[in-house]
Amino acid sequence: MLAKRIIPCLDVKNGRNVRGVRFSADQDAGDPVELATRYDQEGADELVFYDITASSDGRAIVMDLVQEVSERVFIPLTVGGGIRTFADVREILKGGADKVSINSAAVHTPDIITQSAESFGSQCIVGAVDVLRLETAADEPPRWEIHINGGRKATGLDALEWVDELVDRGAGELVLNSIDADGTRDGYDLELNRAVARRVDVPIVASGGAGTTQHIFEVLTEGEANAALAASIFHFQVYSIPQVKDFLTDRGVVVRPYAA
Amino acid sequence: MIAVIDYGMGNLRSVEKAFQYLGYEAQIITDASELTDAHHLVLPGDAAFGDAMRNLREGGWDQRIDDHVEGGRPFLGICVGLQLMFASSEEMGQHTGLGLLPGRCVRFPNSEKVPQIGWNQITRHTASPLLEGVEDGSFFYFVHSYYVQAENDDDQLATTDYGIEYTSIAGRDNVFGVQFHPEKSQKIGLKLLTNFATLN
Repeated sequence: MLAKRIIPCLDVKNGRNVRGVRFSADQDAGDPVELATRYDQEGADELVFYDITASSDGRAIVMDLVQEVSERVFIPLTVGGGIRTFADVREILKGGADKVSINSAAVHTPDIITQSAESFGSQCIVGAVDVLRLETAADEPPRWEIHINGGRKATGLDALEWVDELVDRGAGELVLNSIDADGTRDGYDLELNRAVARRVDVPIVASGGAGTTQHIFEVLTEGEANAALAASIFHFQVYSIPQVKDFLTDRGVVVRPYAA
Repeated sequence: MIAVIDYGMGNLRSVEKAFQYLGYEAQIITDASELTDAHHLVLPGDAAFGDAMRNLREGGWDQRIDDHVEGGRPFLGICVGLQLMFASSEEMGQHTGLGLLPGRCVRFPNSEKVPQIGWNQITRHTASPLLEGVEDGSFFYFVHSYYVQAENDDDQLATTDYGIEYTSIAGRDNVFGVQFHPEKSQKIGLKLLTNFATLN
């Protein structure tokens, strides 16, 4: 049976791994190569490297990291942050990443998704979105708005309509990052994940808000997500990946057992 | 030497790196005419079946692969590389494959999320040196929208369940194919690559 995935995300700034809280505050969480290696040994199902500086220097640093990690870690590696052009996508894939996570660039130039998927295949193109929940009346269904530029800029795009377009254009997977929940450790936005999971055919990855093993369990069951991404709870060893996997296994969720 | 075929389709570096990490001499070969002293041949691939097959033919790889296989030397197809080993595919039109094994390649049913992305288990069937030490129920990393149905049960070394039960490891004599990415399947994937590299 296909297992639910646990994906640690490393937010990389100046070659150091930093934590994001609602897209702003920084806190040093250690050497990224060391962390990546530890996560691999602990049973991470994939790794995401996110360049939070989104500059050309930042890209070079992240690609050096991916290069170094890919020499000794044999699980899928995704790179995101600051991708602007088709050439960026190509550079990242050639540099050793297995997938590229495209966010703001898809809003500015939707063709980047189409062109990348046609050239490299949908399997390596991840459509990532940062969404903010909108205020709605109690009897209305929930709505979310797409934000770009690290969550700072509203676009007016309805999140559910936008994810449809990302999938139509060839994104093979979606990462749903809730700005409201990000870094709070109060839990994922379950309604968001469920709404998108029921809408699209591609797998979805929940992001933003993991604080406990219960949160991860909830988003993979009630939230219907196929994978859960988390940063700070792993970086600061609030929980280890084996602890999360044991918790899930005990509750009947299929995960890949970590090798002893 | 292990040769990894570069026909312009997908992430080959990780396959090369995995073999090198394991201590084997591996090399990416871009020009079919340079394929001379390879004892092991690997056909990776992430792209669409039709494009991949066209590139293989245009590069003269189809004939080279036939020669290699007929010479009794080990061959391994990975992901689309496995699919290409079979006779035909219905991915975006009808395509003819390398025909190393009988069977065809079809799309997953709409009842499941497509592509299948993630770690799934294998159920072992026919015994093979490729699966020495690889236990029934092991998890490997899969990314694909199409799957292979081998025509002969004996060619089916393992199957995987994703809405339907399909061929996830195929093999006969010196010819092998895996639908998952062993180079991205951590320890168990490296174990399978070691088994392949030590085949005579």
